[in-house]
Amino acid sequence: MAGSKEIRTKIKSVENTRKITKAMEMVAASKMRKAQDRMRASRPYADKIRNVAAHLSFAQAEYKHPFLVKRDVVKNVGLIVVSSDKGLCGGLNTNMLRLSVNQMKTWESEGKSISVSAIGNKGFSFMSRVGANVKSHITGLGDVPHMENLIGTIKVMLDAYEAGEIDQLYICYTKFINTMKQEPTMQQLLPLSGEQLGSPTGHWDYIYEPEAKPVVDNLMMRYIESLIYNAVAENMASEQSSRMVAMKSASDNAKEVIGDLKLIYNKARQAAITKEISEIVGGAAAVA
Amino acid sequence: MANTVHIDVVSAEASIFSGEAEFVVAPASAGEVGIFPHHAPMVTTIKPGALRIKLPDTAEETLIFISGGILEVQPGLITVLADTAVRGHDLDEAKAIAAKEAAIEAMQNRTSDMDYAKAQAELSEALAQIQAIERLRKTTH
Repeated sequence: MAGSKEIRTKIKSVENTRKITKAMEMVAASKMRKAQDRMRASRPYADKIRNVAAHLSFAQAEYKHPFLVKRDVVKNVGLIVVSSDKGLCGGLNTNMLRLSVNQMKTWESEGKSISVSAIGNKGFSFMSRVGANVKSHITGLGDVPHMENLIGTIKVMLDAYEAGEIDQLYICYTKFINTMKQEPTMQQLLPLSGEQLGSPTGHWDYIYEPEAKPVVDNLMMRYIESLIYNAVAENMASEQSSRMVAMKSASDNAKEVIGDLKLIYNKARQAAITKEISEIVGGAAAVA
Repeated sequence: MANTVHIDVVSAEASIFSGEAEFVVAPASAGEVGIFPHHAPMVTTIKPGALRIKLPDTAEETLIFISGGILEVQPGLITVLADTAVRGHDLDEAKAIAAKEAAIEAMQNRTSDMDYAKAQAELSEALAQIQAIERLRKTTH
């Protein structure tokens, strides 16, 4: 029975791998549900602030926020790349980064310079490895996105926009469509376009307290932050479902490999037995 | 039916309160404001403090502590966009500086300008691996 011990060890090791991938699949499944809930929980805020921002963009005439003003010449572009912190989630980050890199190449060929802000470890290490100009980054967000952790990273880009260091700001993340489908998406954040905000339901101006400028400034900043927060929440839901699918297929593969190995093992065992029997029979015939 | 106004208190991370109210007191940045139904449209920033909501048909008030945000008032609707984090110009600034410095530090040992060829090669390799695995999976079935 040559090699049967090796086959047994191999089966054991694949079984152990399968246990891990199976556990990861189940962890991802439960985290995915929570991530989806969080994604939904952030929607009311996003809808409300969008409404208010839409009103302001139309009603406010005396003060126009810089985020709403389109610049004629676009020389510098900012890009926020939202990725996951951990790997083992299929093509999630690869697809998103490919979209970013292709877009960056287009910008480069148009003579625009690019600054990058990275949210998530995978995107950050990729961008710094390939030598992109990373302005700010945040890694190790965990499973729950907290606005508090994102503020600094976002502010660097918003400040750069206000200072005129960048003329456009984009965000690239993976949009959650359903458990089986996630799509890398590129979205323009700044300047805010009218279509993005939609048109207001009525025409009136607010009473601003204490005055228009700080209120509008505050609101616009929070609006952008909420858009980014949403992107991060959606990316996390995508990450978990993508991981779940990847781990499920890994578990299925392991199962198949185990089946194949067991067949080989049993064949070898059977061959050895048959050989032994025929030897005994042959021996007995010779004696008789 | 009592004279009431609908109030929504939402933050980026969760919806905090939604319901009818008879009277709302909010800690606006210029001083506390009390809002009755059919108030004129108003937008104001609010500072950290307690939001008091007087519910109809009860003597009690609901208290919600918020760490700042924005208050929007329309005649039939009050929206409180609450911050989830304690905010302040200096605090935000400090966070931005920290984020910037971390990036500068991390960028110090980078070699040269963005190498697109390298980036694309790396990504297409990773993608090819994934596709190969998928194809392999299909053929074995």
